[in-house]
Amino acid sequence: MSQEWPLWEIFIRGQHGMSHRHVGSLHAPDAEMAIRNARDVYTRRKEGVSIWAVRSTDIAASSPSEKGPLFDPADSKVYRHPTFYDIPDDVGHM
Amino acid sequence: MTQTADVTASALDEALVQWLLRIGDTSLILGHRVSEWCGHAPVLEEDIALANTALDLIGHTQMWLGLAGQIEGKGRDADALVYRRDAMHYRNLKLVELPNDDMAITVMRLFLFDVFHQALIEGLTQSKDPRIAEIAAKALKEVTYHLERSSDLVVRLGDGTQQSHDRMQAALEHLWPYCGEMFWSDAVDETLADAGLAPHPDRLREGWLATVQDILTEATLKAPEGRLDVHLGGKVGRHTEHLGFLLAEMQFLQRAYPDADW
Repeated sequence: MSQEWPLWEIFIRGQHGMSHRHVGSLHAPDAEMAIRNARDVYTRRKEGVSIWAVRSTDIAASSPSEKGPLFDPADSKVYRHPTFYDIPDDVGHM
Repeated sequence: MTQTADVTASALDEALVQWLLRIGDTSLILGHRVSEWCGHAPVLEEDIALANTALDLIGHTQMWLGLAGQIEGKGRDADALVYRRDAMHYRNLKLVELPNDDMAITVMRLFLFDVFHQALIEGLTQSKDPRIAEIAAKALKEVTYHLERSSDLVVRLGDGTQQSHDRMQAALEHLWPYCGEMFWSDAVDETLADAGLAPHPDRLREGWLATVQDILTEATLKAPEGRLDVHLGGKVGRHTEHLGFLLAEMQFLQRAYPDADW
């Protein structure tokens, strides 16, 4: 196809989910048809109660090559996990 | 019970079976035609959407023909009715047996039928026969979505490029003379309408014309001036040459290996 439809990322909020989750992508000429197509492609088994469609080109993404500088510094900082507190007995089960 | 009342009851059942075959066969044959796109549609998203529509229609068929077989009382279930009848015993509208040819005809046919189908199913939810009303209630949401989708596509393609516009207009001219059969009626329809079981087909004509006209205008397409009711006969078993080929493919497995199962 010479003029491919733009790509859309599809997010669906499930029956009991609180937030929309990324389920995949599809092609559509505009937002309205992106949602229609998402209904047919991704909710055939009653997966969702709400659909978001976002143009893939509108998503800003971090670069995989910067993975090291972005995430590795968090490696040796166990104190960032709240596991070093003594929980008073009065608090009960947390 | 007097004898007359018995005769009347069985006459009503007879008409009901014919009527159920008509609506069930129409869903089945259109469903089959739409399913022929599976794996062949121009884009993946449309392929899946068409397959969903086909499955909806075949689901309705199961309910309509299941009820037909039950009332007929000859031990035929929906599968027996679908796989073991020849073309002359089929009662579907001619409109739905025509080949797909291209996306323009596929989409335009779905639209012209969906407008009628949605009004019919909505009317049937008020049927005095609870079995009919129940099936209609189950089908209504699907049929409403079908109409939403097909009318949207008609507007997009009609008011699209010069090529898509011309092809949609050609599809409309091709299908128009088959549309009148949706509103054609005989004693079967009269009997059902008099008993409050189904809306009289004639009563759906005006609403259909108005909705179709609205969408066509939005799609910059022009309703043909010719008659709607040129090609009739499907409802009484007179079909185009296309139905036999469709059945040959659809019924092959059960004809070659009766009762094959998996």
